[in-house]
Amino acid sequence: MPSRADGAPSPEKSFVLESNAGPARQSRVTAARRKPWPAEATLAIAVALLMAALSLLRPNFLNLANLVNVFRQISINGILAVGVTSVLLTGGVDLSLGSVVALSGVVAASFAHPAQHAVFVPVALGILAGAACGALNGIVVTRGRVAPFIATLGMMTAARGLALLLSGGRPVSNLSPSFTRIGAGDVASVPFPVVIFGAVGLITWVMLTRMQLGRYIYAVGGNENAARASGLHVRSVKMAAYTLCGAMAGLAGVVLASRITTGQPNAGVGYELDAIAAVVIGGTRLSGGAGGVGGAMLGALLIGVINNGLDLLNVSSYYQQIVKGLIIVGAVWLDRSKQK
Amino acid sequence: MPEPLLEVAGVSKSFWGIQALADVDLNVYPGEIHAITGENGAGKSTLMKIIAGGEAPDQGSIRFSGRAIAMIHQELLPFPDLSVSENIFMGRELCRRIPGWIDRGRRDCEARELLSDVGVSIDPRSRMGDLTVAEQQSVEIAKALARCADLVIMDEPTSALSDRESEALFRIITGLKQRGAAILYISHRMQEVLRLADTVTVMRDGRRVGTCPASDLNEPLLIEMMVGRALNPASKRKSTPGETVLEVRDLGRPPHFEGVSFSLHRGEILGLSGLMGAGRSDVASAIFGLTPATRGTILLNGRPVLVRSPAAALAHGIAMVTEDRKEFGFIPDMSVKENVTLSSLARFGWGPFIRSDVEATVAEQQMQRFNMRAAGRDQPVKFLSGGNQQKVAIARALLADPEILILDEPTRGIDVAAKTEIYSIITDLARAGKAILLISSEMNEILSLSDRIIVMREGVAVAELVPDTTSPEEILRYAIPS
Repeated sequence: MPSRADGAPSPEKSFVLESNAGPARQSRVTAARRKPWPAEATLAIAVALLMAALSLLRPNFLNLANLVNVFRQISINGILAVGVTSVLLTGGVDLSLGSVVALSGVVAASFAHPAQHAVFVPVALGILAGAACGALNGIVVTRGRVAPFIATLGMMTAARGLALLLSGGRPVSNLSPSFTRIGAGDVASVPFPVVIFGAVGLITWVMLTRMQLGRYIYAVGGNENAARASGLHVRSVKMAAYTLCGAMAGLAGVVLASRITTGQPNAGVGYELDAIAAVVIGGTRLSGGAGGVGGAMLGALLIGVINNGLDLLNVSSYYQQIVKGLIIVGAVWLDRSKQK
Repeated sequence: MPEPLLEVAGVSKSFWGIQALADVDLNVYPGEIHAITGENGAGKSTLMKIIAGGEAPDQGSIRFSGRAIAMIHQELLPFPDLSVSENIFMGRELCRRIPGWIDRGRRDCEARELLSDVGVSIDPRSRMGDLTVAEQQSVEIAKALARCADLVIMDEPTSALSDRESEALFRIITGLKQRGAAILYISHRMQEVLRLADTVTVMRDGRRVGTCPASDLNEPLLIEMMVGRALNPASKRKSTPGETVLEVRDLGRPPHFEGVSFSLHRGEILGLSGLMGAGRSDVASAIFGLTPATRGTILLNGRPVLVRSPAAALAHGIAMVTEDRKEFGFIPDMSVKENVTLSSLARFGWGPFIRSDVEATVAEQQMQRFNMRAAGRDQPVKFLSGGNQQKVAIARALLADPEILILDEPTRGIDVAAKTEIYSIITDLARAGKAILLISSEMNEILSLSDRIIVMREGVAVAELVPDTTSPEEILRYAIPS
């Protein structure tokens, strides 16, 4: 690299630099002003407005018990949404989440009978089962060059079958109290599932914004060819994203099994779509490269608040589904029309 | 003189502040084969796009008094899984009385007639993708006939054809001419142009250099018009190349290139010249591992190395700035900072974490060093000008601290000021001991920057020249397939 000692900077050169410094600083201000309003902020405002409106209509919405309940309800979907964010950022998708939730729940429950193992064994095995599914998705996508949609569709079917096979088609029940405490217990009246959701979100946020892996995930989703030409190991990056996503689906499965105190092989049907909806509402592009985990968490919260609000307003669950569908499409439509 | 079929008057066009066409006039008469020739980047393709209506001119006017214009692209765009007749009538299907109901019998029958008009015997029911490139071209021409096109534009139609197939194409073109159609024929193959055309227009740097009857021209005259006399080599650099850093032996990836051998020294700029498609970029991509070579050896400092990916190349100290900036050059949504540091993040890290303070400092340094004009290090690269995007790509490659730097068309589509800046960056790097492999289609650039020039033609290195003793004419003579 040409060193500074290559030649003393001529007065002409330093003039150029200085004349640039002014406009540069100035335009940084305009850039900050022009900086697109983050999707997270819009979403946070939407959630806040919605909560305000609900508390006016139904004062008991703001009850601590109800708010805790909202968060407890979204924690499973939230964990899945956080996990699948990385995959969506690489430009992929994971349709196997719901089945992996069931499989890992069954695996964990099978090792969680009273006086069988210490509680960390079923938890670790559940997460591991999820991570294995995710890694397999990653291998099929990167080595087999199978489209993520197809690869994870296959896993969705196969993992469900494996869950049914392992459980003999019956719920795995009679779980130890220490295992069921994961779903039922709390810290300072914050339920464990919510704590786990928050922790997973925070860790993923740090990974995506502060670690090399996160930067590489955005790069691969933003322009895979350029990422490769920049010397990134594109396959390893994708492997990491799918494996992490699977591990978090495994964790969600453990939490779910603990909360319903059974390993339910038929659990989690359609969960993947709720999770992807939350991420997309949160501003992450399905084609990858843009978005983030904060939006995904807010997206999950928005869905939860709407469900809870409509419950409180005694709206039939049939309407609830219609409203949820409209919100998914509407949020993305709004986001895209802002971009153009 | 009959009325011109097509009248182009004073057409100018610029992209992102770069003048692609300046005040171009062109008249095409019915029954005329009019060849447009010139070096890469002379503005031929832009002019054709404007004539065909794919781009709007900034200034000037186009008058077309015929019925339809058909354009046959260099890269054909067929529907490979549909039949020949389906391709011919795509978009204007022959229908029965019920709307939407295609009359297949009539379609195949008319397609057969059109194909025999063109003078080829192709079954209209065969699958388009099973045809050879030459046959597909004939189908495209039949499609033009089906549309009653009286102006057919052909962009380098023989670039993928064998000699025999080319001869057949020339017969078809002559047939079209006899039917009264005008043909705009773009090519830089001189012999073809001289043989086929009635009129030749030469373009250079977005301007029309001249138009004359083909009978008044010969090859040397044509080359002189294409290259132009006004070659002003930039300031020459005294170079003292050091020891050999990179050597390639018999490198090949058929059918793109084969048997390429050369060596590259410390502090040297080695120019790789040739026409588009001669295999220059393929050689570069092979050395960088983007599309690994299937034959031959790469030696680094005398030791053979295996380069199967860009990651491996960078680990060996080989960096590359690719020709296709959009596709390989940068991550559009990422900031200047993130793009610049992407290849060397591990160096600014703390374990798996990124040290954002160090990263920011490094990015600022690079922005100053290359005089990048951006609203700040956090501005997404997609909002920068082409020249600044290129500086981002160069900065990223250099930040990986390579010994060998491959630059593939580093100044393509960049305004003059940025070009000059990039030239001085390149010479500075050579002076600092980097070994540089420079690919460029611009004669000026390659002649004034390189210490040695290797000319490639049709996938083979055909000559090694020294800028001081060679000329653009000589380079072109080697580069142009005869």
